[in-house]
Amino acid sequence: MKNFFSSKQGIIAVGLAIGVLAPLLQFWGNPGNMGICVACFERDIAGSVGLHRAAVVQYMRPEIIGFVLGSLLAALFARDFRPRAGSAPIARFILGAFAMIGALVFLGCPWRAVLRLAGGDLSAIFGILGLVAGIWIGTIFFRKGYSLGRSQKTHASVGLIMPLVMLGFFALMLLYPQIQNEPQSGVLFYSVQGPGSMHAPLLASLAVGLLVGVIAQRSRFCTMGAFRDVILFRQSHLLLGVVALFVAAVVVNALLGQVKIGFEGQPVAHTQQVWNFAGMLLAGLCFALAGGCPGRQLFLSGEGDGDAAVFVFGMIVGAGFAHNFGLASSPQGVGPHGIAAVFVGLAVCLYFGLTMRAKA
Amino acid sequence: MEKTIDARGLSCPQPVLDTLAAIAAMGSGKLTVLVDTEASKENVSRAVAAKGWRLDAVAEDGGEYRLDISKG
Repeated sequence: MKNFFSSKQGIIAVGLAIGVLAPLLQFWGNPGNMGICVACFERDIAGSVGLHRAAVVQYMRPEIIGFVLGSLLAALFARDFRPRAGSAPIARFILGAFAMIGALVFLGCPWRAVLRLAGGDLSAIFGILGLVAGIWIGTIFFRKGYSLGRSQKTHASVGLIMPLVMLGFFALMLLYPQIQNEPQSGVLFYSVQGPGSMHAPLLASLAVGLLVGVIAQRSRFCTMGAFRDVILFRQSHLLLGVVALFVAAVVVNALLGQVKIGFEGQPVAHTQQVWNFAGMLLAGLCFALAGGCPGRQLFLSGEGDGDAAVFVFGMIVGAGFAHNFGLASSPQGVGPHGIAAVFVGLAVCLYFGLTMRAKA
Repeated sequence: MEKTIDARGLSCPQPVLDTLAAIAAMGSGKLTVLVDTEASKENVSRAVAAKGWRLDAVAEDGGEYRLDISKG
């Protein structure tokens, strides 16, 4: 069976679909220029289960649950579910944690960087430049033989762990639903103000998440791979998807009146451009060394990749550290220890990149 | 010249990197690439086509793919 989504038209169609759906989610209630943000939403999930207590960013985001389960469904249907694990999981966990820390210094994952720009937030340009710079550094390590080693085939039950965790999260949401103006419902935290309190209706979020999970699994949509493949192989296949996402999001934002061009006063963003650049540089390098943007890691974890699942958990735990240690930025600017964390993260990446080489 | 690359278990972008390195070193000949995900199969196929190599055959066996590639 020919996979339409692996074609040029296919990846463009997927980018367009995400570019339409993300601004719609914002229109339906998600935060500004944050129709979909994998980093922000995993951070909100970390908050919803109390791994951090930043009261403004706590919500069990159904989009993330949908991404993983949609990918699982697509993989099962296409006979592409491949349970595998064991490629330096601890390294991937740490990369996930620092990827999150870098993303929260900028305030967004690569998807949101593109969506911020599509909403007129010009500070996102510095984030995207940082992302590309980080990925470029990653490609240098790859050229020098960097490798996290091979994964092994494993039990189907191992490949199902992340989808099952997401089902569990969803069950918690149903068991302890949001109560208006209450910061807590059972074991779950729910923001009553701030970005965490802004969300589309649960079913809309879940449905979009599932749909995006399906098409992204089939197309291998990846915002890190988009730039990496151009730098490493001069191949623009995945980049077409990201460009399509941007174009569609600009058009839909314009139609919905969601465009405000400028640097100042943008939603959930700051204007310390050096740190917008450096935060994303760290995140981009982590994504490159781990082989996928945060969205792609979710889709991989849905199709049975246990190493990608470990990266995702690294991101969720990293979000806990980011808010507990004051590493995450806010609209006022970088957190008290955000700058130090970027340097620590870059040192960790250097250690990984220089010492983890394939045996010739 | 004939060569086999075992890229099974390797994650993105290594299967493509290894394949392109072999292609560059060989210039022409027959190359076999083993991969174990559909994504790697698609990525390697796309990359070799862009370099003017021909994908002669793809065989699947138990979730693994054997790609036979050639030039000249």
